[in-house]
Amino acid sequence: MPIEIYANVLVAGVLTGLVYGLSALGLSVIFGVIRIVNFAHGEMMVMGMFLAFVLFRWLGLDPLYSMPIAAAALFLFGYLLQVTLVHRVAHLPEHLQFLLLAAVATVLVSSGQMIFGPDARSVQVAYALDSYAIGPLIVDKVRLLAGTAALGVAALLFAFFRYTLLGKSIRACADNYQGALVVGLNVPRLYALTFGIGAACIGAAGAIILLLVDVHPYLAPGYTLLAFVVVIVGGLGSLPGALLGGVLIGASEALAGFLFVPSLKSAFSFAVLIIVLLFRPQGLLGRAAP
Amino acid sequence: MPRKEEGGDRRLTRRSFTASAAAAGLVAGGAGFVRAQGAPLKVGVILPRTGIQAESGQSCHQGAEVALPILKERGYPDLVLMPGDTESKVDVARTVAERLINEGAQILVGAFDSGQTSAIAQVAELRRVPLVINIAAAPAITEQGYRYVFRNFTTAGMIVTDMLLLQKEVFAYAKVTPKTMVLMHVNDTYGTAVLGGIKALMPKHDMPFPLGEVIAYDPAARDLSVEVAKAKATGAALLWAISRVNDSILITREMVKQRWQPMGVIAAGPGWYEDQYLQTLGTLANDMISTVPWYDPNKAMSKALIAAVANAFPGRNVATNQAYTFEALLIVADAYQRAKSADANALADALRQTNITDNVTIGTVKFNAKGQNETVHCAAAQNRDGRLIVVAPRSSANGEPIWPMRPWDKKA
Amino acid sequence: MMGSPYSLPRRAKAALAIIAAVLVLAPLVTNNYIISVLTMSLYYAYVGQAWNIMFGFAGLLSLGHALFIGIGSYASAALFVHFGIGPWAGIFLAVPLAVAVGCFIGFLGFRFAISGVYFALLTIAFAEFTRIIFDHVAWLGATEGLFLPVSSRTRIDLPNLRGPSEMFYYVILTLTFLALGICRWLMNSKLGYCWRAIRDDPEAAAATGVDVFWCRMAAVAVSCAASGVAGVWYAFYYNNLFPEIAFDIGKSVELTFAPIVGGVGSLCGPIVGAFLLYPLGELITGATQGLGIEGIKQFGWGIAVVSIVLLRPSGVWPWLAQILLPDRRCHAAAP
Repeated sequence: MPIEIYANVLVAGVLTGLVYGLSALGLSVIFGVIRIVNFAHGEMMVMGMFLAFVLFRWLGLDPLYSMPIAAAALFLFGYLLQVTLVHRVAHLPEHLQFLLLAAVATVLVSSGQMIFGPDARSVQVAYALDSYAIGPLIVDKVRLLAGTAALGVAALLFAFFRYTLLGKSIRACADNYQGALVVGLNVPRLYALTFGIGAACIGAAGAIILLLVDVHPYLAPGYTLLAFVVVIVGGLGSLPGALLGGVLIGASEALAGFLFVPSLKSAFSFAVLIIVLLFRPQGLLGRAAP
Repeated sequence: MPRKEEGGDRRLTRRSFTASAAAAGLVAGGAGFVRAQGAPLKVGVILPRTGIQAESGQSCHQGAEVALPILKERGYPDLVLMPGDTESKVDVARTVAERLINEGAQILVGAFDSGQTSAIAQVAELRRVPLVINIAAAPAITEQGYRYVFRNFTTAGMIVTDMLLLQKEVFAYAKVTPKTMVLMHVNDTYGTAVLGGIKALMPKHDMPFPLGEVIAYDPAARDLSVEVAKAKATGAALLWAISRVNDSILITREMVKQRWQPMGVIAAGPGWYEDQYLQTLGTLANDMISTVPWYDPNKAMSKALIAAVANAFPGRNVATNQAYTFEALLIVADAYQRAKSADANALADALRQTNITDNVTIGTVKFNAKGQNETVHCAAAQNRDGRLIVVAPRSSANGEPIWPMRPWDKKA
Repeated sequence: MMGSPYSLPRRAKAALAIIAAVLVLAPLVTNNYIISVLTMSLYYAYVGQAWNIMFGFAGLLSLGHALFIGIGSYASAALFVHFGIGPWAGIFLAVPLAVAVGCFIGFLGFRFAISGVYFALLTIAFAEFTRIIFDHVAWLGATEGLFLPVSSRTRIDLPNLRGPSEMFYYVILTLTFLALGICRWLMNSKLGYCWRAIRDDPEAAAATGVDVFWCRMAAVAVSCAASGVAGVWYAFYYNNLFPEIAFDIGKSVELTFAPIVGGVGSLCGPIVGAFLLYPLGELITGATQGLGIEGIKQFGWGIAVVSIVLLRPSGVWPWLAQILLPDRRCHAAAP
């Protein structure tokens, strides 16, 4: 098989992986700081997708432009969720956090069904089927834009955490909860902000993914699982790790599907997950668990 | 209004009559309504209204809803629909069947999914309530020796046979025959059943090409660029597809993006003819052929169904789900008319004697000893600017096939 | 007798006897719909109890428990379909297989010191991996499904578990009571004391000579064995198996709701939770079906679970026990 085909598959895999990475960023931020695994992750992403769809329908907004709006809306949702529900289980055992968020996920899915019905919805942007021919490669325009957008949002996030005071405060909470309290940081408020930021990432990823995938209420569980795989491989709590994990999973799934039986390619991802969990649970770029 | 259930727990009896009448858009007048032939027959319609199969369940239900006025107009006895939701789960399906029978359902129709239908069939057989299956392709369901279960749908094997014969008819008519093919199928219950059928039956049908590469993909796949790349790399002239609606859209988009122009696409399953596919892809959807259990658009009953659906659900086409669910209710009404009684054994015997030619689907409605209709057939339906034209078999056709399919940028 | 928190005072025993009598007599007085609701409630109570052993006593949060149930289902179903071997003999393959897989995963967890949410993800990964593999095994039906031949629907054929729904009801009722009894017996045994010690403080327990590793593995084994039996019952009740349903992560998640809501680590918690949540779902269905809004049942049910988790995080049963049995001393570990 000519090398171009492998190259095309790899490029598509990497670009899609960047979007997976962006969605996993949200999960990673929340876990890294608040140490809660957001089991409603996929459902929140679907919320972002539906929002971007509605904006496209009513205002004709390209999802790439409604991405900030979806991010803002999900930020608000995440903030409120943390403040009203999640903080009550934040210091309770993990199984209660899991159950609460799993139940919230059920509520979100059924809300989606009640509001939008079961049909899948899509957006038809003018350039939906364009592709660039770069030498022998055929690069899908939508995927290229999506990958670039994901990279951009991730960069913004890194800058936020690295250079702003607020970002540093949040990192302080993650590094040392007691120390943060001692220093006078308003930890509950910072936690709420963090959940909001994580949700905003998820919302932005949702808006971008709408360009590639049609949205319906039952889309979520696959994306929650995928985010878990990406985050574990990259490192729970590590932001570059989430992106790297996304790219790796995207690329390896694509190649595995190409070289082996495509219907087994998800099995491949789970096998990778098991191996990483066993031999390097902190992932590629995460810090070793204390 | 609440009714006292004979011998049951009064607290848990529900007012399903009013509820289902409201849902069906009728004012049935409750339990006291009596016509010259007898009381309306209570039909439990069990479908996946929520959950992952919700979209299919709802389109099935559309067929049920428009059935009642059409049947009444033709002098069939009255039916009352009691809808039930399986939530796309096997365990809920069983409980729903029990609940509807408990609330007085005298006959059941359902359930689209083979696993859920099998669970309901067991309850139906146990409780001796007849079940008319609208859609479910797993052969095993009518191999269990049931006396109360009747299926008016093709099994996977029948679909494959028709698929092979129908496309040969199209090739012969258009005088263009592909020499190579590639098969992409979703790795789910239906997909593997059809693949098994293809492997078993293809040698018996003298096809102009050998079975080419088979590419299976995960039903949960979000991205089929790899699979399409593989298919394109085979250089095949013909694409056989067995997919669901989401994958069909993904595959088509990838074909366009990767600039793959095969001679055409023959789909042996859902997706490529559905409203969502047509609306999402617009003119790109044109010329795809689906060889699926279908209806004969030239029959009088079909024309009534098409008109009713166009009226009640503007913008929706009549497809497999609506047609077969409609026909299931037609079968129920016809059996009730001949049985003249709502007794389960009378209904079951009447069902066994069914012989309806004034129906919607291709073939007659007749059941063999196992409860399976062996005369129901598929058609080749081609997408044409948002409409679905039957191009084969020629005896049921209402249009001419376009083969090979037009180039992507010239499909308008 | 009053010294052990796991022996019941007389009032509680009387209450238990009344409930048992009600459940045993139910099929004679109620209709088939109620029986099917009770059957499913008992099933969830039973698997919730099995799951609870792994979590409450070995401290392992399993979100892939459908894996063990599914293995039990497929093992016994395959034996029946391909060799005609009945379910009671099939248990002798189903249970060891489920236990072997469970112990393997548990061993990996202990050996590599994976706990908490990481272990949960490990179980999810194994369940999903197995689902996809089973999708490709033609001998087990692959995605087409494994259908068990259904026959003798009216005669009770207990050796082959063929018969009316009442038979299945009594079987799962017996299993649930057996599970309750065995758990109580285990909790009062030395193993049970070791489990409680490990649950409270693993390091202190190890310091006093408790072999933490073997005690935990024993809990995993018991949990998986019970799950395997549940799988056998399930296969013969529904008579069809598909990997995407048998190993579905939704199922794994769903079965944890009852024990957590009821109260983990307590004996009656899973049963109370199951009998609360499952009939509640049916009630919501009954109440909302007239509205014609698809999805409202799951919406209402989700809200109910969220409320219960927030109001009674340690479980409904400990709270109930405090009200109903005020003379109990140790409520945190209430059976």
